[in-house]
Amino acid sequence: MSVAMSDQKNEHGIVLTEEQKRSRRARSIALGLCLGVLVVLVYVVTIVKLGPGVLVRPL
Amino acid sequence: MSFTTDSAGLPQGLRSEVRAEPSMAGAGDYLALLKPRVMSLVVFTALVGMAVAPEHLHPVLGFFALICIAIGAGASGALNMWYEAEIDALMKRTARRPIPAGRIQPGEALAFGLTLAVGSVVFLGLMVNWLAAGFLAFTIFFYAVIYTMWLKPSTPQNIVIGGAAGAFPPMIGWAAATGSIGLESFLLFLVIFVWTPPHFWALSLYSVEEYRRAGIPMMPVVAGAAETRRQILLYSIMLAPVGALPWLFGYAGLSYGLTAIAGGVLMIVLAWRLHQTSSERSAKHLFAFSILYLFLLFSVLLVENSIGASGLGLPFGRVFA
Repeated sequence: MSVAMSDQKNEHGIVLTEEQKRSRRARSIALGLCLGVLVVLVYVVTIVKLGPGVLVRPL
Repeated sequence: MSFTTDSAGLPQGLRSEVRAEPSMAGAGDYLALLKPRVMSLVVFTALVGMAVAPEHLHPVLGFFALICIAIGAGASGALNMWYEAEIDALMKRTARRPIPAGRIQPGEALAFGLTLAVGSVVFLGLMVNWLAAGFLAFTIFFYAVIYTMWLKPSTPQNIVIGGAAGAFPPMIGWAAATGSIGLESFLLFLVIFVWTPPHFWALSLYSVEEYRRAGIPMMPVVAGAAETRRQILLYSIMLAPVGALPWLFGYAGLSYGLTAIAGGVLMIVLAWRLHQTSSERSAKHLFAFSILYLFLLFSVLLVENSIGASGLGLPFGRVFA
């Protein structure tokens, strides 16, 4: 694999194999999910900390 | 005796050469860096510390605090794996970890650990309180720097002092709930602190050759198996009354007291058997039972607190507190 990789690197830069693409995609999905969960958690915790008064606002 | 590591047997990824191939690490490898089994024990003991506290957090805030504590514990695990990658490669038990196996680069693990450490502390401080966050930061520092970098490679007392890092989580949970440090949370700290040496030394007794090869001065490597078995017995004798302290101080109920006494006696019996027979099987029995012992103590404490049965403890706490 590394011999093929170095040939490919010389001509087109780094070209990922299918397996490398799959693991990169899996990492991206996991990272996206973690960030999504973090955003939801921070939102919910913020609402809890502010209390029900956050919904009572003068128009 | 000198403790140096031989790097000749290390996988390529751990030597100073920079590997050019793109990463093949999966999400599971990053999860493994967090030491999920250690993390689960940390979460459990922190949950108990939070549950037995006299004040209670909103469930959502409590859940968030536990996630921060879990991630902080995971961060210290990642930093530990980053620092000990060369040692891990020499030991059968740890050779398949992501860094020695070459799936994650040491620099990636360092960045991952530092990011999670800072993130968990900052979020715990902003959303819960800064005492708990400070405590979490100190625990990460204690485990990653004091224990991993300093104590572990330099003294056979490494896990005696370093055991404090694993004992802090109930105090962090308590601090998250109350914003203070109470005597009860300190007693829970003490239980885990005294429990750690017999637990780890039992494991190190049957992994002694690996520790020797890796150059780690664990007690059996430096002082020998007989002295380690004697120390295990002494710590087990000390653990039995310490385990019962929350009951003796009136913070836990009768079921906790009985569990602590029965468990403590069994720990002493198993430690005595190990002291007498010196077989690997006895060491494994003690190691396995020590996990059950701690799990049972904290489970009973949690259940007692949930059903309101913690008021049957002895009243010494009122005298001492």
